[in-house]
Amino acid sequence: MREITYRQALNEALAEELERDPNVFLMGEEVAEYNGAYKVSQGLLERFGPRRIIDTPISENGFAGLGVGAAMVGLRPIIEFMTFSFSLVAFDQVVNNAPNMFTMSGGQFNIPITFRGPNGPAHQLGATHSHATENLYASVPGLKVCTPATPRDAKGLLKTAVRDNNPVLVLEAELLYSSKGMVEPPDEELLIPLGKAEVKREGSDVSIICYAQTVPLALKVAAQLEEEDISAEIVDLRSIKPLDEKAIFDSVAKTHRVVIVEQDHPFCGVGAEVCYRIQKSVFDELDAPIIRVSQEDVPMPYNERLERAVLPNADKLIAAVKKVCYA
Amino acid sequence: MTAMQPGEQRDEVEMLSLMLLIRRFEERASQQYQAQKIGGFCHLYIGQEAVVAGAVAAVRDDDYIITAYRDHAHALARGTSANACMAELFGKETGCSRGLGGSMHFFNRQNHMYGGHAIVAAHVPLAVGLAFAIKYRDEDRVTLCFFGDGAINQGSFHEALNLAALYKLPIVFICENNLFAMGTSVKRSTSLKQIVDRAEGYDIPGEIVDGMNFREVRDKIAEIVSSIRKESHPAFVEVQTYRYRGHSMSDPASYRTKQELEKYRLDDPITRLRAQLTREGKLTHEQFDLLDKRAKETVLASVKFAEESPQPPLDKLYDYTYANGANS
Repeated sequence: MREITYRQALNEALAEELERDPNVFLMGEEVAEYNGAYKVSQGLLERFGPRRIIDTPISENGFAGLGVGAAMVGLRPIIEFMTFSFSLVAFDQVVNNAPNMFTMSGGQFNIPITFRGPNGPAHQLGATHSHATENLYASVPGLKVCTPATPRDAKGLLKTAVRDNNPVLVLEAELLYSSKGMVEPPDEELLIPLGKAEVKREGSDVSIICYAQTVPLALKVAAQLEEEDISAEIVDLRSIKPLDEKAIFDSVAKTHRVVIVEQDHPFCGVGAEVCYRIQKSVFDELDAPIIRVSQEDVPMPYNERLERAVLPNADKLIAAVKKVCYA
Repeated sequence: MTAMQPGEQRDEVEMLSLMLLIRRFEERASQQYQAQKIGGFCHLYIGQEAVVAGAVAAVRDDDYIITAYRDHAHALARGTSANACMAELFGKETGCSRGLGGSMHFFNRQNHMYGGHAIVAAHVPLAVGLAFAIKYRDEDRVTLCFFGDGAINQGSFHEALNLAALYKLPIVFICENNLFAMGTSVKRSTSLKQIVDRAEGYDIPGEIVDGMNFREVRDKIAEIVSSIRKESHPAFVEVQTYRYRGHSMSDPASYRTKQELEKYRLDDPITRLRAQLTREGKLTHEQFDLLDKRAKETVLASVKFAEESPQPPLDKLYDYTYANGANS
């Protein structure tokens, strides 16, 4: 194991999959000559050439659709959105073409495509550039959605996504690109299955269910709670769809108290689905009502103080944990 | 239809036979729709037969074709059986999309028919992706992308044309201009005097073709495709045609006059090709009647086939959501 950044981990995943399979190509805005708006594709043009690392004009609908069409005849496109906020311009391709093709054609055309890029609120980018799209996409049958929070998960999930025979969205955490973590050495194949959560920290008093940018937040809060003798278990979903019910239920059976901390909006958010499934399947395990901590239900304000008020934070999460623990 | 080699021309009597099959299929689909055997939306191709027949006659069987929702003819033209097409309209498991696609979503992977797409112009980027794959693999195939005049004002159309021109992809954009996007005439929807000028904006060569004339469609597209095979590039063809029926089964087409419809009916593509062949001594009246009789019989048999085919099984409902993998 060695320590690398989330950005480097993604870069390694891309390079390894491009190396392994000649049908894989990377396409998007600024991915080639500019080396990626967030430098995730650094060096790939030099290594793989312009046939496989392809710059596009600013035409999200056009190049997302191009990717779906290429996937119909067996290529395995990796389509980068400069941010998933811009994927909304390509919503029709991602939601109406990619996941419907397999059904509409009676199973003749599966679409092995990966859509990837940063997702979730970053810092003072305002309402148009701060979308957390996971609940939008996870609600669509035929799509798979993963949300890595660590360099290791970023690498392993992206590689798995590229090999999947269905459209997979890898929603990278914009604020975590420079974060570091331990990852297997490059000569060791690292594949992390979709639909498998991971307990990032064992605990006994409360389960904090989180993903993407809320994972480091939950870990930080868990350390603080430890000082107050509250032992929090941190369950990182890693994939939103498929959802790892077993990992969630196992943790609930252990702690009997649940807080869900999500980076999207409260109405029809990821936490609403998780909450529903817990009460439906393991209601008797609960010792307190579940609390969700999410964004406030407003478009993201630019103002820094207001933005902080909209986002989940340590104070909100600690308050929620204390409430479910009746502490 | 038999497989065709590069450079070979398809037999014109065979293509006339295809046009008859398309017409008789659509007439029967209309009747079955009215009898409520067919659900959802149903868009008929009657009047436009020479467009798809001419286009497929100009290319090889391994070239890619993709179209919008008025797609029954394109599936038939690519050798999908009338049985599989009618069964799809009936929503049966024996349909060309197992009854899961319906009228607007016909597919035939084996014969390189890539759908059947119902969101206007959303398939034009897909077509560019098919062409991208051809170039990526250094093949000499060509993609034919069919769409209606309504598609040319949609953003995805413009993005796709720009990408095709930028990457020099082997694709023919075939605009089947039947003068109406649903009920809105081209005059009321498009700022240009002629649709073909859209291509010029992307530095793509464009042509206007008489879509009621099978030979003109075939020869023009063959010429373009031959140029593309020599050196990959996109091209645009505005094929001027006319649909005799409304936009869909529920449209009485009151936005146009009887005189206009009659004018086009007099220029019917089937009548025209038949007259050409008869004049040249390649087809007798008896032979034509026999072709038409066969087309009617094939279609009638397809209705029986569709009626007798099984429904898609309920226990397979989740089998076509994800490939090689369980649902969440």
